[in-house]
Order: sequence, then structure tokens, then C-alpha cells
Amino acid sequence: MSSLMELKNVSMTFYKKGKFLEKEKEIKVLRNINLSVEESEIMVIVGESGCGKTTIGRIITGLLKPTKGELLFNGNNIYKLFNNEQNDFRNNVQFIQQDSYAALNPARTIYQSLSAPIKTKNKKMSQKNINERINEIMQLVGLVPAEQFLYKFPHQLSGGQRQRILMARAITLDPKLIVADEPVSMIDVSLRLSILNLMSDLNRKLKISFVYITHDLATARYIAHNGKIAVMYLGEIMETGSVKDLITSPSHPYTQALFAAVPIPDPLIAKQQKKLPIKSMDVGDLFNRSEGCPFFPRCPYAEEKCENSIIEYVDVNNVMVRCCNLERVPKWEQVR
Amino acid sequence: MNNGEKTDCIAEFKDIVIEYKMKNYSIRAVNRMSLKIKRGKITALVGESGSGKTTVATALLNCLSVPGVVTAGEAIFYGGDEPIDIIKLNDEDINAFRWKEVSMVFQGAQSSLNPIMNIFEQFYETMRVHNKTITKQKAIETARYYLDFVNLDADRIMESYPHELSGGMKQRVMIAFSLLLEPKLIILDEPTTALDVITQDFIFRLLKKINLEKGISMLLLTHDISVVAKYADYMGVMYGGSLMEYACVEDVFGKKLHPYTDGLMAATPSLYKDIEDMHPIEGSPPNMLDIPSGCVFHPRCKRCMEICKTIEPEIVTNATGHIVKCHLYSELKEVINE
Amino acid sequence: MKWLKQISKFLHLIFSNTKSAIGFSVILFFIALAILGPLFFTYDGMTLGASQFLPPSGDHWLGTDYLGRDVLQMLINGTGDVLAIAFLTGVITVVIGTILGILSAYIGGWFDKIIQMITNLFLTIPSFPILMVLATIITINNNFVFALILSLWGWAGLCRAVRAQIVSLKERDFIQICKVMNMSKTHIVSKELLPNIASYILINFIMIMRSAITGSVGLMMLGVAAFEPSNWGAMIFDIMNQGTFYIESARAYLISPIAFIVIFQFGIIMLANGLDEKLNPRLIKN
Repeated sequence: MSSLMELKNVSMTFYKKGKFLEKEKEIKVLRNINLSVEESEIMVIVGESGCGKTTIGRIITGLLKPTKGELLFNGNNIYKLFNNEQNDFRNNVQFIQQDSYAALNPARTIYQSLSAPIKTKNKKMSQKNINERINEIMQLVGLVPAEQFLYKFPHQLSGGQRQRILMARAITLDPKLIVADEPVSMIDVSLRLSILNLMSDLNRKLKISFVYITHDLATARYIAHNGKIAVMYLGEIMETGSVKDLITSPSHPYTQALFAAVPIPDPLIAKQQKKLPIKSMDVGDLFNRSEGCPFFPRCPYAEEKCENSIIEYVDVNNVMVRCCNLERVPKWEQVR
Repeated sequence: MNNGEKTDCIAEFKDIVIEYKMKNYSIRAVNRMSLKIKRGKITALVGESGSGKTTVATALLNCLSVPGVVTAGEAIFYGGDEPIDIIKLNDEDINAFRWKEVSMVFQGAQSSLNPIMNIFEQFYETMRVHNKTITKQKAIETARYYLDFVNLDADRIMESYPHELSGGMKQRVMIAFSLLLEPKLIILDEPTTALDVITQDFIFRLLKKINLEKGISMLLLTHDISVVAKYADYMGVMYGGSLMEYACVEDVFGKKLHPYTDGLMAATPSLYKDIEDMHPIEGSPPNMLDIPSGCVFHPRCKRCMEICKTIEPEIVTNATGHIVKCHLYSELKEVINE
Repeated sequence: MKWLKQISKFLHLIFSNTKSAIGFSVILFFIALAILGPLFFTYDGMTLGASQFLPPSGDHWLGTDYLGRDVLQMLINGTGDVLAIAFLTGVITVVIGTILGILSAYIGGWFDKIIQMITNLFLTIPSFPILMVLATIITINNNFVFALILSLWGWAGLCRAVRAQIVSLKERDFIQICKVMNMSKTHIVSKELLPNIASYILINFIMIMRSAITGSVGLMMLGVAAFEPSNWGAMIFDIMNQGTFYIESARAYLISPIAFIVIFQFGIIMLANGLDEKLNPRLIKN
């Protein structure tokens, strides 16, 4: 049984024109990414800015074609499909963007923004059916009474309401997979969990898989506590496995550094946290990278062999870790 | 206030009211707030959008964004020999006051730096405004000292233009910038938004080092209580323009007197808390054009009583300095004292 | 009655701002003049030999011209032509400029490069001399042809501006999501992109009318397109050629076509500025 969605050996390289007389610069944004998402599963991709997670989101939704590798949907390579078969893919994979204000057309009402995709999919749907469907969806995302929101323009709604509209729009096409790129980073803290709860509901009730992209480990754990996680750094996956396994015991030095850096909202514990197990402050450059481990310059356990190590994953209690020097990495001790 | 007596606070808000005056109406962004900012410590002001924390902090520099205006109360600075009423300073004095006594690191370092000047030129310009006689040599020394202090390669950074630096570097440059004239108080507005969690950790360690080694008081504005737990000494919680709770960090986290504080802590996801213990606060932030009557938090409060809907709560302080603005405590002072 | 609602919304918008209210009223006045004027001030083109250059009087409110015709009658009669030329030029320029601009931005590639080369040509070559040459080659004997020639002046600038807006809009999140939602290019252009540039195009339309008038007056003053003597520009041509400057009694005749043009332009500029203030988010005060 093939996975719902799979990325196989995906690499993405951008080329930047060099200055006069200089060669073109290669920017390897993604290197050899292998990911899979099953039906009804929540997969979280965690990483800091510049790690390539947004690029993966754009590849999965079909906005970007990778320089190498395949994107399989229901077992079919998307890039080898013809137009009408591609429609199936497009209708089944949807996208929720980070900035809810930029993601909605400022010159169209909410009703117009929601009815447009419905009409695109079913050209002959009657007005009555369209309205029913929209009402149904507004109920699902918790925006009732719908009339209060449908005839407004995006700037007349609050951030949280707009984010719910983005979710509503994503489910109008009955997708099987939704990619959500930092959906709550621009929302007030007290409301974030309600949006995440909505995503969980949609996952359970409508069996929609989610690929949740974020830099915030705490929300990642909240939403995907039964799902999978992939930790990225400078275009490569450093560690991936089930959330339960990885969170209790991160093995990769980068993941451990991330966990050590995340502040805990409890002053008695937080003030005890030790110094970060990381060598240098500056995130590496995507331009001048060695072929080996991208974390090499900052890793406190690095050895010479790491500089040129090829991409290989070691299985540590069902968690795949990209590290050739695991013996030197200490076991993670949770601060409690 | 006794002149010349060193108080334990560096600045104070006394019943300050700040309004945004529009054509036909005005919005009360800060509602009768009183707060003492402790000398030599890191005080955090926590709040979400519309809480008023940035507005009230800019009053300390008297640079409220137009059309904001202080309509009542005072902002007093105790850093000098005599208390200074910041709002009443005239143009000449406020220019000398800004950056020398109080400086600020704004949100989003990207737009705070002049894109067409290199970093040294910007430092030099600021130094010259406050000290017309400063020589270029001295300016370079000073700039180098502070850039080193924030762990940057001083020579390289001084020659660079803002677009050549990463977000983390720019933020460190802004921190060095705020230190240039060795102010007594630095205001930091969300200093690590858009920065990754490892850089955030580094920047806060740096700020803590500045606070401990140089004794500079800090006012940290943020919505992230985790960071407050780790690095701040005192914390105030603001909502809809009012200060809802204030005490030392351990007490606020430990006692969570105000229902909003309690709700905020439950709504902040953490890596280790049980999932079932985390839930959002119902409702949405107040519409500043149509502020709820009585207590501004009452529509979302799980412990809302009848009186909360109509009457604004009194501010109650106990012996240890724990402040709370809530009807639950107005008659039960004993509860706070336990 | 959707269109009634649209019209009332439009009127509401115009009268909410003093500038656009004034501008719109001025233009409305001229439209009324063009439609109703000829009913009261019939123009018969009759020349009355002995009454040349008469000063303003009860019979002739603005005096008479060099052939003895009533100046006011001529002005009123010419209003229709002037409005028609302005309006037609606006429409033609907007249609060509917008379509080419959108296509250029959306299709991109070699198509875009070719269109950009052509607009470059039109933008750098001084338009007025070319218009003059064209006007001599092509006989202008009706408003439509006149408008067509005048639009050669303005379409390139509009095309560029529209292209720039669409190129930036294309990358915005809410347009990118349309691809993910499998929407057709026609839908994207007509329902998603166009509403966002609608106010810009409207204001440009109004300003093009203004420059059309200047252009037409210019061409007519040079005698290149004098086909209807009651057209205000043609009147100015006649005024210049008949040495009216030196005739004391004909001051009113001298000034009136210019005054009409100036007032009309003023109305257009007021309307455009007022609408811009209302619609352009960057100019909104407060």
C-alpha cells in the first residue's frame, strides 16, 4: 500500500547570477529529502528560517518543481502525469499560508473567495448548493453565524477569523492533504491552541492529513502528538520519526540544541537550564557548503569525518538520524 | 519623592492614561496604569495585540506614535539626581534624554537600520548628536567595544551595510546601538521575533549579561511567557490597556492570581506539560473601538461575576508588592498574603 | 437591481470627498451642456458678415467670432465633440493598455519582451511630433479617428504601469493559492487580478481624458485636425489665425474657449484627485 504522499530523493537548487565575471552561484536549498505522509496522519516539519521547510511546502503543493527527485501522490509520480490526471492531485492537496491577510484577495468578499474554488471544481453546481456547502464549511471551522462573516472583506476580520477562513477555503475542495505553513505564528498566543484544535478536528472528522510546517517545537508537539516529525537544518533532514519517540529522546546534536534552547514556561525549571550544546552562533551559509553534514561547523561533537560524510540515516529506536558520529553524542536528559 | 534619594526603582508610571485621538472618537490604549520598574532588574510586560504594552513603553521616551497622546498621569524617571517627568520635558531636554538615559531596541531590526549607511557611520552619527566634540578615533573605539560585547566581529561589521547582515546579526547590532551611550534603562520590544530559537537563546543570554555586568535596567515587552520565565525578574501582565497582574516572576507563575494570567499560561504550549492541560482562552481580544464595560476581560473570563460586567475592578496591592486588578481579590486581601 | 446598487455606491463614493464632488459636478455640467445646450442654443453655423468680433451683448452673451457667429452657441455645440473625443480616447487607451499590460505580465517570456520593446519605442519617441505627422497623413474627419490617433500617445504608459502592478500581484499569496486550487487563468485574470487594479485604471482613465483634451487642442491649434469649427480647439486655431489678440471688442471671444478648456480640465483633475484620495490606500490620511 503506497503512502498518500511521498517525496523521493528531492533536491532543489537555485541559481543566483554572479557579479560581473563571476560564475553563477548554486544555492542548494534542499538535499535528498525523503518524506512520506499516510492517510489521516499529521506530519510536522520543524526547522529554523532558511532550512528549506517552506520550499518543501511549495513543492508538495505543486507550486515549485524540484531540480531532482519525485513527488508521488497515491503512488503516482506527479511530474509524469497529464493535465487531467494532475487535476486529481491539485484538488487533493491544498495549502494554508502563514500570513492570512496576504492570502486573501483584498478586493473580494469572503463569500466570493470561498465560492470561487467550489465553482471551479463543479462548474454546474447550483447557487443553492454552493450556499449550502459554504454554510456547512463555516460551521466546521467555527465561524457562526456565517452571514456575519461572508459579506465582509478580509481587512474587516481579525487575524484569528481570517486564519479560520483560510482553513475553510482549503477544505472546500475536499482535499486529502493540507499543507499548513506556520498557521499560528501571526496569531495571538491565547488563540493559537483554538486554531490548532480546529486542525486536529479536521484531521479526525474529515480524515485529512496535515503537513504542519513550523519553527515552534511546542506547537509542533501539541498538534502532532500522535504523528510524525522531521527536523530540518540547512536543507537536510537531520532526524525523523514519530513525535512520541523523538520528543522523549532526541538523538541528533542539532535537535538536542533546539530542545535545550526552547524556553520552558516555568521559572523554577527554566532558570536551571544549562548552556546550549552548540559551537557557533551563526547559522551556516547556503552558498559555501561542504558536501558533508551541514551541522558540522556548529556541532560540539564533530570530528573530521563529519565534514565529508554522505547522507545516511541511522536507526535509533525507530527514529532515523543523520549522524555518522552518534557514539559521541550524549543521551538526552530531560530537564524536569 | 525625596530628591537625590536612590530609590529602588528606575522609572515609574503613575496612573498613566494614553489615548489615540481620531476625528470623531478616541481609543484608550492605556487605562490608568501604575507600575514601578525596578532598578537593575529585568522587568517584563506580557500582553497580546491591543494590550497597550508597546504604547506605554514608548511613553518612557515620549515618542508615542501619532495620534497617541498622554491625557493623564505621569511617567517619571529616577535615573538622575532628580526625578524627571518625561512627558513634560521640552524639545531640547527630551533630545538629550533619549538614548542617553533611556534607549530602545525596536521590534524588527530590519527597519531600524538606515539601509544606505554602513554600521559605523550610523553609530558615529548618534554619538555625535549627543557629544559634538567626539573624535572619530574615540567613536571607533567605542563602537568596537560594544560590538565586541555582543560577540560580533567588530571590524567586519563596522564596514558592512544592513542588507549584508543576517537577522540575528542585525538584532545584535541594534542591541550594541542601544548601549552606545550607556543608558540606565533599555526598552526591548519583542527583541527576538523572526529569529530562530537558538539565536533567541543567545540574544537573551547576552541581555542577561548586560543586565548583570553593567547594571542596566531593562523593560522587556513580549507575548512569550516562556522567555519571561527564563530571563526576567519581574513581570506584569497587560490586557486591553490595563495592568492585570504584577509581581516577581516566581510569584506570578506560582500563584496566577488573575484569571487572564491563568488562561494565558494554560494557552501556551510547552514541550513537557500534558496535552490535556493546555487549552486556549475562549473569545477574542477586545475591540478597542467597543471596549467591554466593567472589567475589560469579563467576556472571556471563566470566573466572571455579575459585578465584573459593570464595574471596573480596583487595583489591589499586597505587602510583597504583588498587584492584581480583579474583583476576585478586592475584598480578599488575605488570599494574596498567603 | 444590482446595477442600480452599483451606481448608488459609485455616487456615494464620489460625493463623499469634496474634490471629487466638485470635479464630478463640473463634468456633469458639461455633459448637461452638451446634451441640453443645443436645444436652447441652436447652432446654425450661419455667418453674419457685418457682426464680426462683436463684444458681449444681450443677443450674444460672449460676443461673436471672426465670421460673426455667436461664440456661446459654438462653444456649447462643440462641447459634445470635446466630450466624445475625451471619452473615446480614454476608452481606447484603457482597453489597449490594460489588455496588453495584463497579457504581458501574465504570459511573460518572449511575448512580454516584445511588448516591452514596443512600449519602450512609444515612450521614448516624442509623441507630439509623431502625432502631428500622423495627423497629416490620415485625414481626421470624425471623433473616433481623432481619438484613435490620440490614444497612440497614452497606451504605452498605462501598459507599463498595469504590467508592473500585475507582476507584483502575481507573486502575492492570494494569487499563488489560485494555482493550488486549480483555477483557470481566465478566472485569475478577470476575477482576482482585475478588481485589484480597477481603481487604478479608473483614475488613469480620467487622467487620460485630460491629456486627450490637451492633445486634441494642440493638434487643432496647429491646424492639423480642424474638421469642425465649433470644437474648442478649432476655435483657438481660428482665434490665432485671425489676429484676435489685437481686437479690443473680442476679448470675450478670445478668452472663452480657453476658459472652457481650463474649467473642464480642472473638473477632471479634481475628480481624479478626489477619487485617488478615497481609493488609494497609501494616500488615506488617519
